[in-house]
Amino acid sequence: MVNGLQTPAESIYWFIHGRDLFLLIHLLGTACFLYIAWRRLQPLMRGERDLRFDRPGLRLANVLKFWLGQWRHPRYKFAGVLHILIFTGFILLATRAFSLILGFTDESSPTSDFEQIYAIVRQYATTVVFLCMVVAIVRRLVFRPARYAVPHRYGKGHTADAIFLLALIATLMLADSLYEASKAAASTQVGTRGESLALYSLPWVLQIVLAGSSLAALQHIHQGGFLIHDLTFFFLLCYRPFGIQFHVETSLFSIFFAKLDRGTIKPVRWGVPDDKLDQVKSFGVKAFEDFTWKHMLDFYSCADCGRCSDNCPANSVGRPLSPRFLTIKARDYCFQHYPMFRPPSNGVALVGNLYSEDEIWSCTTCGACEQECPMLVEYIDKIVDLRRGMVDEGRVPQSLQKPLKALESRGNPYGKMEKKRGDWAKANGFGEACTVSVLNGKNNADTLYFVDSVTSYDDRMQAIARATARVLSRTGTNLGILASAEKDSGHDVRRFGEEMLFIALRDQNADAIRASGVQRIVCSDPHAFNALRHDYSGMPPVEHVSQSIADAVRCGKLRFDAVQNGNVYTYHDPCYLGRHNGVYDDPREVLDAIPNLRRVEMKRSRDRSFCCGGGGLMLFYEPNEEERIGVKRVRMAAEAGANVIVTACPFCMTNIEDAIKVAGLEGKMTAIDLVELVDQQTAQLSNAA
Amino acid sequence: MEILVCVRRVPDTSENEIALNSAGNDIERDDLVYSINEWDNYAVEEALQIVDRMGGSVTVVTVGNEEDEEVLRREMAMGAHHGVLLTDEVYDGSDARGISTILKAFVKKGKYDLILTGVQSEDGGAQVGGMLAAMLDYPFASLVNSIEILDEKTLKVSREIEGGNKEISRIELPCVLSIQTGINEPRYVGMRGIRQVASIPILTPTAEELGINSESVGQTAARVKRVDYFIPQAGKGAEMLQGSREENIDKLLELVAAKGGLK
Amino acid sequence: MTPIFALILHKAGVVDDSAIELLEVARKIDPAAKPIAVAVGVGEELDSVCHQLSLSYQEIWKVAHEQLAHLNAEVVRQALQKIIPAGSIVLCAHEHFGIDLGPGLSIKLSAAYVSDIVGIDAVDGAVLNVIRQEFGGQVSAHVRCDISSGAVITVRPGAFKPIQLASFNGTVIDKSSEIGPLVSKRQYLSTVVAESGDVDITKQTILVSVGRGIQEKDNISIAEELAEELGAAVSCSRPVVDAKWLEKSRQVGTSGKTVKPKVYLACGISGAFQHIAGLKGNPFIVAINKNPKAPIFQVADVGIVDDLLEFLPELTNKIRDMRTVSAK
Repeated sequence: MVNGLQTPAESIYWFIHGRDLFLLIHLLGTACFLYIAWRRLQPLMRGERDLRFDRPGLRLANVLKFWLGQWRHPRYKFAGVLHILIFTGFILLATRAFSLILGFTDESSPTSDFEQIYAIVRQYATTVVFLCMVVAIVRRLVFRPARYAVPHRYGKGHTADAIFLLALIATLMLADSLYEASKAAASTQVGTRGESLALYSLPWVLQIVLAGSSLAALQHIHQGGFLIHDLTFFFLLCYRPFGIQFHVETSLFSIFFAKLDRGTIKPVRWGVPDDKLDQVKSFGVKAFEDFTWKHMLDFYSCADCGRCSDNCPANSVGRPLSPRFLTIKARDYCFQHYPMFRPPSNGVALVGNLYSEDEIWSCTTCGACEQECPMLVEYIDKIVDLRRGMVDEGRVPQSLQKPLKALESRGNPYGKMEKKRGDWAKANGFGEACTVSVLNGKNNADTLYFVDSVTSYDDRMQAIARATARVLSRTGTNLGILASAEKDSGHDVRRFGEEMLFIALRDQNADAIRASGVQRIVCSDPHAFNALRHDYSGMPPVEHVSQSIADAVRCGKLRFDAVQNGNVYTYHDPCYLGRHNGVYDDPREVLDAIPNLRRVEMKRSRDRSFCCGGGGLMLFYEPNEEERIGVKRVRMAAEAGANVIVTACPFCMTNIEDAIKVAGLEGKMTAIDLVELVDQQTAQLSNAA
Repeated sequence: MEILVCVRRVPDTSENEIALNSAGNDIERDDLVYSINEWDNYAVEEALQIVDRMGGSVTVVTVGNEEDEEVLRREMAMGAHHGVLLTDEVYDGSDARGISTILKAFVKKGKYDLILTGVQSEDGGAQVGGMLAAMLDYPFASLVNSIEILDEKTLKVSREIEGGNKEISRIELPCVLSIQTGINEPRYVGMRGIRQVASIPILTPTAEELGINSESVGQTAARVKRVDYFIPQAGKGAEMLQGSREENIDKLLELVAAKGGLK
Repeated sequence: MTPIFALILHKAGVVDDSAIELLEVARKIDPAAKPIAVAVGVGEELDSVCHQLSLSYQEIWKVAHEQLAHLNAEVVRQALQKIIPAGSIVLCAHEHFGIDLGPGLSIKLSAAYVSDIVGIDAVDGAVLNVIRQEFGGQVSAHVRCDISSGAVITVRPGAFKPIQLASFNGTVIDKSSEIGPLVSKRQYLSTVVAESGDVDITKQTILVSVGRGIQEKDNISIAEELAEELGAAVSCSRPVVDAKWLEKSRQVGTSGKTVKPKVYLACGISGAFQHIAGLKGNPFIVAINKNPKAPIFQVADVGIVDDLLEFLPELTNKIRDMRTVSAK
């Protein structure tokens, strides 16, 4: 008997002694949770290998930043702040949770100073979490943010489920507060000196409400509050692994094991070197168990926040892909096929049942989803693995088969002859302005310009190649090309799941590059840049031409003529330059170094840049869509008040120039590659010199 | 159902890059890449789909030399069960009749319910399927763009006729069909697939084993011979019509009519 | 003298244009030839066909048989086997029927077979020198054919234009009684007519292809009217599909269809790389574009700088006028 009330442990609940009842609840609850967690581990143990224990320091840093620090949450301000409050509340309440699980009941009032401070912190935390639940419920019911909506094709909405969980947490907080409040109210009535409740906290408010109640009533509320809290706690613990709330348990692990290297693609099988790939029976993901355990863990950790799909360009134009549902569907599959009490039922093919082929081909690998996900869930590697599975089974759309075959036989997707690869440098008048040596063993150069296929063969993009060569030679670079010895970088071949073809292309290029003896490589195509940087190994340093130009500007090697027009420029970040490689500032610095140039930012820029519609092989594949991605992007530029879109990627150029026409903005809007603009603005000064 | 598909390796001319050699008597072959004849690839896919439904096996056969093995491998990677390379010196210079004679001898050694060919090849003239059928006294249908199996002895086939119309016929097995592109969506074969079938042996029966009389095939037996290649008309760029609109229309109609564009 | 037979195609009692083209082929093989038209079929339709043929051919062999009511190559071949003398030359148009018939017939007649010829160089004794096109028309080949034991030759439609037609009052000889019973392991069941709106642009001889220059959806009808007059289909470049002015199935280019027409009218198409890559088989390209610098003019055979919204309707009218005149 403390404070005039029996503690729950001392109380009798329907003839059962409280101590025994709670021991039973705790044992049952904990056992249940452990069993469920064990069952949830089953698919992970059957999943493919995934090497995720390297660089533990970096991983811990990730945990501190993205888990404890909630780094990405404020990218969505309101929901982000709300989540940070709830998360902080949970962390603060965690001690209490653990003491509950360990079987302690709250027997005594806090005695030490520390305990008293913790009690106050806890009461505020409870209050904040409770209020956040109320706000979240109102937000879900009244304001209904669009990104939570579930499109018809993905089944019924998730709102009821979300409200149920929010309400459970609110109940948990309310029950705990009632327990505290009744205790405080009783001690006031009997005049013993109990701890004082935190001012304006939920228990404090409830204490005032309960002040007039009889001791017997308070005893019931006290006992009842504790029981409800206890039951709710263990119910939540065991219920969470059946839905999105499982992330409470799994997020820590997901973030610790998160992918550390952006721009890369996972190997076909972890731990299997390229020369042993022939022995691998099946490539890619065909059945659920072909996912790696980490990718399965991702499915558990998804909190259904919808940020990925909200940023996904494919999703925004109605392509049949939503990264959110890529995960949700896999998780539902996993729950259904790994039931609690029956043995797992294996292996239907995922593509054709869970996913459509179109869905998997729809991804542009722009990385916007991964950039946004607070849990660092991976999407590109999963998409690539699913594509590898389809390629392995021969399920490749006809429109993609032609370029793939041409890449195999000719080293470029157009089936053009190898000997014409260097023809862009033979254009009329070009040779007089600058010399580009062909590194065929007879010539050598310090710097290799790796041109890649589209820039080598597409008439429009050849202009970018020539501009690149001119600008680099103005900076005093001794430049060479591989010409016919260059093959497609294979960047998109790999991302479209044709690993063996990629390896063949990569090996041919790597040999040619090594034989050329160059000290560095410059690319004008971010896809080639990313490939040489991340997909190849043992290459000389690789840079994108925008970096080379920015360096030259900083050293004063390039000077610009002022722009003499009233144009407003905006810079479109190519995905494989920006998001995948972090090059955001160099191109902007170059633009800002051009006198008189007026530059505005689009709403979606830098790491939130909106893909142009996809490069590489994506140009050969057309998913069903309501609108072209590029058209959306061009409209964003118009909204920002720009009439010239500067980009730094030949595929962006293709898509944006097309989109300008489709959007009916011809004559009002133009697109130019950064290097073309630099070429124009440096032509006169360098001629004069 | 046992299905034989006759395939050919041809220069891949998906890009307009065919040129004449310096002597002017052949196309420049140095820069060419070779691949399976497009129509034949559809035929193999169709055979595989039939076998998937009905059971049986698919054999791909080609008349040629060692270099042609690569197309057999590619089709085996698609799923064809057996590959047969009919190669012998006496075959060199065979015309379509010669090729058909060789194939007929091979068919006679086996037991095939259905024989498929592509409608034509880039450098051929839609000949072998019909000739082979006539030699075997099997019924034949060309330009087939769908196959339905009615029973063990009968197929319902659709032929592509003018204007996108379809002619539906019933045909008895064994028969020979020439397959039109678009009948299906052939599966993709990558390097990995080809490597996986690299060690499967390919049968190479000789002319003698097939009982082929060397005088019925090869250069001497050929009645049709290609003498040389030439470029029909040089690509000249657009001839710009500079007249008044009316004159331009008249001139245009004249030109289009000359190209068979007006009837 | 080698007898020359021309196998006549006809539909609904009307002789196909190829009939007179085969006359021209026969004349080129042997200027003194008296080619014999062979018409197979049934009933009044066949009579009408024979009558039409009698105006251009001196001799017509009529083969009526109920099994020949539909032109089934398997049956026709058996009929021809029985009446064509050994060593003859048989000509037929190289289209779906000729492709079906030719190879097998050559075997049964023990004759040489040359398909899809576009020209005839010379006849040198028993050697006939012809021209064929290969690799989608990119290159032509001189082909030598030994016709000492006859030949079956299929001829590319439209390749041989008759210069002058002699007018005859030809004799129709009924050969029906000579063919005896016909049995075939292939039976004709039905013909499924392609739905309109379900046009396969890859199979068209002429394409009126529109690009962004068509400006708006309502203007598509301008191209459709022209296509109708030309017996062509309307295809397009990608922006037109993107704008949803035409179905995706009409798109020419790397992300659309690869087409192989004889004549390609590129109307308001700039000629982007991705579009041109969908054009195969060396078609005769006519480019109509407002912009004289449009890249399409680099690849076109004939170029006209004009506003297609005005040019196309006038072109359509002109063709209509010509038709009305010739109909009179």
